[in-house]
Amino acid sequence: MVEELLFFMEVLVGGLLAGTMYSLVALGFVLIFKASATFNFSQGAMVFFSVLAFCGFMQDFNIPFIPAFILAALLMVVVGLCTERLVLRPLMNASEDTVLMATIGLGYVLEGLAQAAWGVEVRRLDLGIGDFPVPWIADNLKLFISALDITAGLVAAIMIISLFLLFKYTKIGLGLRAVADDPGAASSIGIPLKHIMLLVWSAAGVVALVAGCMWGARAGVQFALVDLALKALPVLIIGGFSSIPGAIIGGLIIGAVEKVLEVYIGPFFGGAIEGWAPYVLAIFFLLYRPEGLFGEKIIRRV
Amino acid sequence: MKPVFMTYTKKDLINLAVCMILSVLIIPTFIKTEYWYTSILIPWLCLALATIGQQIVMGYTGQLALGAAGFMAAGAFAMFNLILRVPDLGFVGSLIVSGLIAAAFGILFGLPSLKVRGIYLMVATLASQFFIIWMIDKFGWFKNYDSSGIITAQDIVILGKPFTTPLAMYFVCLAVTTILTLLAMNMARGSTGRNWMAVRDMDIAAESMGVSLLRTKVQAFAISAFYCGVAGALFAFCYLKSLEPVAFDIKLSFKILFMCILGGLGTINGAFIGAAFILLFPVLLNAIGNNVFHGAIDATIISSIEQVIFGLLMIIFMIYEPLGMAKLWENIKQKWRTKLPSSTNLKSSLSKKT
Repeated sequence: MVEELLFFMEVLVGGLLAGTMYSLVALGFVLIFKASATFNFSQGAMVFFSVLAFCGFMQDFNIPFIPAFILAALLMVVVGLCTERLVLRPLMNASEDTVLMATIGLGYVLEGLAQAAWGVEVRRLDLGIGDFPVPWIADNLKLFISALDITAGLVAAIMIISLFLLFKYTKIGLGLRAVADDPGAASSIGIPLKHIMLLVWSAAGVVALVAGCMWGARAGVQFALVDLALKALPVLIIGGFSSIPGAIIGGLIIGAVEKVLEVYIGPFFGGAIEGWAPYVLAIFFLLYRPEGLFGEKIIRRV
Repeated sequence: MKPVFMTYTKKDLINLAVCMILSVLIIPTFIKTEYWYTSILIPWLCLALATIGQQIVMGYTGQLALGAAGFMAAGAFAMFNLILRVPDLGFVGSLIVSGLIAAAFGILFGLPSLKVRGIYLMVATLASQFFIIWMIDKFGWFKNYDSSGIITAQDIVILGKPFTTPLAMYFVCLAVTTILTLLAMNMARGSTGRNWMAVRDMDIAAESMGVSLLRTKVQAFAISAFYCGVAGALFAFCYLKSLEPVAFDIKLSFKILFMCILGGLGTINGAFIGAAFILLFPVLLNAIGNNVFHGAIDATIISSIEQVIFGLLMIIFMIYEPLGMAKLWENIKQKWRTKLPSSTNLKSSLSKKT
């Protein structure tokens, strides 16, 4: 009995920590959605693009870890700048669906550019943190939990707290919220829309880079990262598109449910239900609470 | 509401006749190489059909869906099992039934559209994409317990006659596509399509005018999935000649989405233009790579460049012409018309008035 419980705990904790990785990707989506009410479908491509560039700087140009990271972050700022200039500004007054489709196109551009510049082969990314159980926890609590998972959890926590503080207590954060609420009114009282957009896209780019490092260290830096990022969508549906805590809670729920289902129910169906279980879970959420756990209620008028 | 069907105008009939003469007489007489049939014309027709399906749900009804390849897979594997297990049904019968099976999936996964829209719906339809592929992959029955993972498609036999040469398969695809395209045009112009477009433009307003959202949306999803299912069956049996779930992954769904958007949302001819473009452009790019640069550019780089160009085009079209290439074509025709000397008739009639 105790062993079974321990095993369940291990699955659950593993799932929760893996969920924080989804949260990190979802965070990028939320940032942009919060400030511009646009859904950035290219976030997955940004994850891939940024971490591949990071790997490229380190491995092809032999730049050490920290300068390479800064370079990659700067590159994402440039990407944000170009996006704001060339994609978002011309589409300022377009409908939500049009902008969404444009970001799908943007995703294609980023994926293609990344592969043209750095090649298509899978790259290994070594962060110096192993993907193996921490001995101390294994000895004392009898739980096998990967060091990488714990790091991802910590990094996610730090990012969430700092972003939350930024949104809540700084002038920039206030501006961001104003723009999200009503871009027209915000710009009429003198909030610089352009700067806000640039800032948000750069921040989302850096978040993508961090998420990419975590995923890359686990699964290798490869094209599959883009598909993994699609899994952030059910996370957002559960947590709500405009809530930073929602992204975290949603990620935790998806991570835990997916792992528990896979271990306990998966064998009856031949396994690999991870691929679709989050989406089905999201559908059930949509039927009962379409705005997500923490999202704002959507009101539509004729 | 009483269903309304539109009659065809003289212009439609001329267009149809031109298309038919071109595709039935001119293409088979002049194109003799098999490559054109097996690698361009057949996949073009199949993908155009799937794009019409995507058009119905996305272009006409305005529901953002991203699961066309899943429904195609459902259609393809339904076809395989029907021919294998119910041989009496025949090819045409199996094709229709497999379309209906895909339509059933369409109804099931279209139900969330009643509550949600936009990106939310996209996620719900992604569920269908991943679920259908997983189901086919995990339950051996669908693949007749074939362990290799790739099953060879059966030969096409209609009324006892085998259709195995590329030209014969081209005619099979052509016949199916023509019939379904005509039907789609009819639906789009009749009351069915009016309802779809009313829901697209403003669902709440449409509902208050007596259009049943439930019926319209579910109908659109079912018909769309039917088209995708039939297209998937043709795609597997005429083009791939084999069945494997991997062929119908999310990438194909994105490709069909691109065909739909670049071709022009809410147009039937846009589906054909978009499919032709997405299919032919890589061929062109490869030809340039091989002939101009003599293979100096790596094939992977060429495919990356292709991706960049598709993405850029998508952005450019969204900014400058959200209605896609079909609208571009209309604009060109419009300009041509105003320049044509026949417009003197109009001018003279105007001058008479004044």
